[in-house]
Amino acid sequence: MAHPSTYHPQSGAARWLDSRLPVPRLMHDQFLAFPTPRNLNYWWTFGGILTFMLGVQIVTGIVLAMHYVPTEQGAFNSVEHIMRDVNWGWLLRYIHAVGASMFFLAVYIHTFRGLYYGSYKAPREVLWILGVLILLLMIATAFMGYSLVWGQMSFWAVTVITNLFSSLDAVIPGLGTKLVQWIWGGFAVGGPTLNRLYALHYLFPFVIAGVVVLHIWALHIPGNNNPAGIEVKTARDTVPFHPYYTIKDGFALVAFILVFAAMVFYAPNFLGHPDNYVPANPLQTPPHIVPEWYFLPFYAILRALPNKLFGVITLLSSISILFFVPWLDTSKVRSTSYRPIYKWFFLAFVITCIALGYLGSQPPEGWYLVLGRIFTVYYFAFFLVVMPVVGLIERPRRLPGSITESVLGPEETKAVPAAAPHRRTPAEVAS
Amino acid sequence: MKPSLVAFAAALALTFAHAGVSLAEDASQANGNHAPEIGGQSWSFTPPFGTFDRAQLQRGYQVYRDVCANCHSMQLLSYRNLGEPGGPQFSPNAVEVLASQVQVTDGPNDKGEMFQRPARPSDHFRAPFANDQLARNANGGALPPDLSVIAKAREGGPDYIYALLTGYEKAPPGFDLAPGMHYNAAFPGHQIAMPPPLSDGVVTYTDGTKPTLDNYARDVSAYLMWAAEPKLEERHKTGARVMIFLIVFLVIMYLAKRAVWAGLHHRDARRAT
Repeated sequence: MAHPSTYHPQSGAARWLDSRLPVPRLMHDQFLAFPTPRNLNYWWTFGGILTFMLGVQIVTGIVLAMHYVPTEQGAFNSVEHIMRDVNWGWLLRYIHAVGASMFFLAVYIHTFRGLYYGSYKAPREVLWILGVLILLLMIATAFMGYSLVWGQMSFWAVTVITNLFSSLDAVIPGLGTKLVQWIWGGFAVGGPTLNRLYALHYLFPFVIAGVVVLHIWALHIPGNNNPAGIEVKTARDTVPFHPYYTIKDGFALVAFILVFAAMVFYAPNFLGHPDNYVPANPLQTPPHIVPEWYFLPFYAILRALPNKLFGVITLLSSISILFFVPWLDTSKVRSTSYRPIYKWFFLAFVITCIALGYLGSQPPEGWYLVLGRIFTVYYFAFFLVVMPVVGLIERPRRLPGSITESVLGPEETKAVPAAAPHRRTPAEVAS
Repeated sequence: MKPSLVAFAAALALTFAHAGVSLAEDASQANGNHAPEIGGQSWSFTPPFGTFDRAQLQRGYQVYRDVCANCHSMQLLSYRNLGEPGGPQFSPNAVEVLASQVQVTDGPNDKGEMFQRPARPSDHFRAPFANDQLARNANGGALPPDLSVIAKAREGGPDYIYALLTGYEKAPPGFDLAPGMHYNAAFPGHQIAMPPPLSDGVVTYTDGTKPTLDNYARDVSAYLMWAAEPKLEERHKTGARVMIFLIVFLVIMYLAKRAVWAGLHHRDARRAT
């Protein structure tokens, strides 16, 4: 796409196909020869890991769907039927459940990496926006998937979250109530709600897969950002994707799967809530309704506001503000590594997100509520104040002259002036 | 690596770990202001290599059948499960006998009538009450929960069940105990409707194990853990194989990655294109 094709069809059949539907050319140019900055660190391996996780969730999910029963009476018991009577059902279900957590772990690291290295800045704004869209779709999908277990936490999470729409009653009386009843398919969360959540939970992953294709397309036009945050200048700044990044991503993926497998086999319920092994009971509210760990920061933000409508607006803003990051950040350099002031604000932002996660798991009272409000203010201030202002007043550190220089150091690059013929040093001749 | 990146990695790892911990705290704090102390017991089935103790599960089933089953159902289990690998593993004959000791309702027959017959291994465990209302009526208004997944549905799992069964005490002076309720140190809020179910000697053990409250509680907790997680042994066994495979695979990938990238650490790395 963005670079000249280096594909040469080797056989008559390959030439025939190449002039009709050049899929092999696409694969060769985009996934084998694709010029990739040589300085990508391990934070860049999470894109591949996320693609793998999407595949895992879709494959295990389809098989689980073959055994799952989306009815009020059947849902909880069908999950237990999968755990007990379906061949390898326990493995499929634990992979899928733990997989959701691992998927979010990876996507949060991926997002923080993009934020830290300024991967959203021109010319990668569309790439970033598509990423935020995937995050939103993932949140919706995970929420709907959690409801399907139809345990106490599932049921009450659905009740709490769908009820957020009733806050619209404050805008137009009756609108929120009507909307919530339309979503429920009745006057309370029940069978019809479960059935539609199931249908949408099956649909959304394929929508995500579609947006992922666009995300990768949008990546392959400008090419990868990199830890130095500078543009590729010469061919020496890049290496072909294969074998360099297939092997590096592969190594990181196996390490990630190792952690994933340890969770699946030895602590499959560690990140879950015991209450979700109690069948859903509309007549009994659990003493303390908490979402899965990956939603806790947003839950803390929702509860930081005393007014329901404003809480919902703030909750939605906390994610959608990410869409505007490319234009909120006024810095001239991309990578936070070269931003002496901003890096401290960034660290504070990471701590804020973690603190909000902790506060989301605590009851919204006393100091928890006060701290929740303070961190919510900083969460938004980071985007609305820090990003625009620090970018204008900060003097970034000197950037390396090139990606190659950032890897091999300035002296060695100096020995190789761009135009001059390259002379091999004795060390290189020996090797 | 940059220090801020290290901090960021550590922080993310902490969130991940902390979420689980704080959720655990919530559940125990949710009911009542002072969280009851649940001591950790030593179990044979702890990860990564733990297995169930067959004899313990068999004794635990006996305690369940003779005591718990009078009020508590276990609707997700069938008698055949008692003979399956990874569980109490009663012999096929023993499973037949254990099932046939129970009368279950079947039907309708050709005349359209329901009838009683001895249970078969394929039958689900018989519930003590026909419906929740009957169960409540017989238990002073409290519904004895189904025990199929109880070991996963309570914070602390088998440790909690053991603590609950051994946690009956005289209410401390000044504690306002509602009529018909019992004081229990492990139960959230300390007021439980279930009367003390176990005491020394209520179940006759035939394998020489001392018939004490402590042993009953331990055995039935292990049994309930198996009932909640019948594939635990298979999971641990498969896990060990998968982990060994992945560790070897990881080493190979690491060496391969180093070999591929080795050439690039020189200035004039030849371009592979």
